[in-house]
Amino acid sequence: MKQNGKKAWLYLLPAIAFLGVFMVYPLLDVFVYSFEEGYNSASQSYFGVGLYNYSYVLHDPFFLQAVKNTFLLVIVTVPLSTGFALLISLGLHSVKKLQQLFQTIYFLPYVTNTLAVGLVFMILFKKTEYSAGLMNLLLGAFGMSPVDFIDGPYWAKLFVLCFYTVWIVLPFKILILTSALASVDQTYYDAAKVDGAGRWRVFSRITLPMISPMIFYLVITGFIGAFKAYSDAVALFGVNLNAAGMNTIVGYIYDMLYGDSGGYPSYASAAAVILFAVVLTITVINLTVSRKNTAK
Amino acid sequence: MKIVFEHLTKIYPSRKKGGAPVTAVADFDFEIPDGTLVGLLGPSGCGKSTALNLISGLAEPTQGRILFGDEDVTALPPEKRGVGLVFQNYALYPHMTVRQNILFPLQNLKGPQKLSKEEMEKRVNEAAALVQIEQLMDRKPSEMSGGQQQRVAIARALVKTPRVLLLDEPLSNLDARLRLQTREEIRRIQRKTGVTTIFVTHDQEEAMSISDRIVVMKAGAVHQIGRPQDVYDEPADSFVAKFLGTPPINVFRGSVRGGKLYIGSEAVLDVKAADREAVEVGVRPEGFIPKEDGALTCRLQAVEVMGRDISIVSRHDASEAAIRAIVSAEHAAMATGETVRFDLKPNKVFAFETESGARIAL
Repeated sequence: MKQNGKKAWLYLLPAIAFLGVFMVYPLLDVFVYSFEEGYNSASQSYFGVGLYNYSYVLHDPFFLQAVKNTFLLVIVTVPLSTGFALLISLGLHSVKKLQQLFQTIYFLPYVTNTLAVGLVFMILFKKTEYSAGLMNLLLGAFGMSPVDFIDGPYWAKLFVLCFYTVWIVLPFKILILTSALASVDQTYYDAAKVDGAGRWRVFSRITLPMISPMIFYLVITGFIGAFKAYSDAVALFGVNLNAAGMNTIVGYIYDMLYGDSGGYPSYASAAAVILFAVVLTITVINLTVSRKNTAK
Repeated sequence: MKIVFEHLTKIYPSRKKGGAPVTAVADFDFEIPDGTLVGLLGPSGCGKSTALNLISGLAEPTQGRILFGDEDVTALPPEKRGVGLVFQNYALYPHMTVRQNILFPLQNLKGPQKLSKEEMEKRVNEAAALVQIEQLMDRKPSEMSGGQQQRVAIARALVKTPRVLLLDEPLSNLDARLRLQTREEIRRIQRKTGVTTIFVTHDQEEAMSISDRIVVMKAGAVHQIGRPQDVYDEPADSFVAKFLGTPPINVFRGSVRGGKLYIGSEAVLDVKAADREAVEVGVRPEGFIPKEDGALTCRLQAVEVMGRDISIVSRHDASEAAIRAIVSAEHAAMATGETVRFDLKPNKVFAFETESGARIAL
């Protein structure tokens, strides 16, 4: 037994060493940085230890804007994308003909490059001197005045960001949910039919509870993913997100490190720790709720 | 409720392109009397489950009609037929407790059939009491044994007081001891409720032991319907004779010449049947009487004792398989040496046409 234990550790060593160097150490380092006041990366020196970095970040209007953007993005896109994915999966599941083809079509956005998609969205939504953009042409057809979705009002920009995020995360969710639906044993549906359950009751009392573990999985990973949003915003609004007012928390961290106003690893670390705390809290809440509601 | 089948047929199109369609149920045309327990018996893939699905409404017949009493239910969806169905794997909803599972069919009732909360509660408790699972009501299916799940499934099927109860292979997922217990249980519940019950099985012992009637099927077609003992004693054809009985019937090549039934070259019985070149002779294991000057001479292989039964295993040139004769202890003592000779009991010997398998009256 003891021998086995030693062997096991030996086999684990490469992974532990790798993760230790590239994950655990940087993680701990971020915590350390976040408490070191006035850290200078060139001279590797700092003035003192304290909570100043946190205080600075929490009073930085750019950070607060980023937090607001991120939270709105999370709250809007996670339920929407999960709901749409569920609807589309149910549709795909009930379609008999060309099911494979539809599944492929719905999965295409997943394999498309984020920035390329962002470019397409720009073309759809951006208003330039030459064209109002396809979206605005559409709005115009309904008699509405054109809106600049990329450089215009805040709500329009947020709408585009949410739209984009939902669109980009849908395929994965659809993939997971269609396979979850397919894994529900047909006899349960037969049993429900004999038991006289209508379509809505079959869905709410049989289908939904049966696939609920997968839904919870999607909600949890959706929350985490949305909190970490960055590249989507860049794809739509360019690298200067603070100027566009569309920064996200991860974007703020990046800017603090490498942006034009960057060079502040301490502030970046503090922001990263705050993000970590938020994501951790929400995930714990999610898991607790899902444990309670999921059938064994 | 009496069940009537009128030329009921179900043909499935072939799964492969251009393949021949499969007839799962061929021209069912018989009646199941009210309040009986009927076993639908046949080898795997003979269309038993399809027949059950046709009765429950989960499958649509290609042709023919099904009547419950005088009402034609052929076009009715499952929920309007008033059937209770117990699935082979029980199909209990895993995320619901036993109580919720049994309650589910009642909650689905709509319109004038809708029940009050108290009435539902009462019905659930009655159903649970009937199958004796009152102490398990708050468990989830995964926390119960196969036998308990089976009872819950039966309670769920019965709670709506169906006109017909259907059970798909009700004992196949249980171990041997539980199987014996459960089949008595099914018998008891059926007696108590008086509901017309059809169950499907490939296990002839199961069907023989509890059914009022058995329906023996092969490849979608009904071969014989009758009381279990009658079917055993008077099989309609060689398939039924071979399918029923453990150990199975012994089969010989034989012939009928001059009022005598021959096995190989030995005359074993006096018969009234007309001469025939070749017949298939079936002899039940209990149809052999060992005798010094018996008519049938076999090469002795072994004497096997299995619990109560003592069987003499021997060989005969007119049979490919070993011959198994179940005999009494004192008879078994006679089986020593190279050969063993038997006389045959006339009522345990059947003759069949070699081609069609049809029974020949001896």
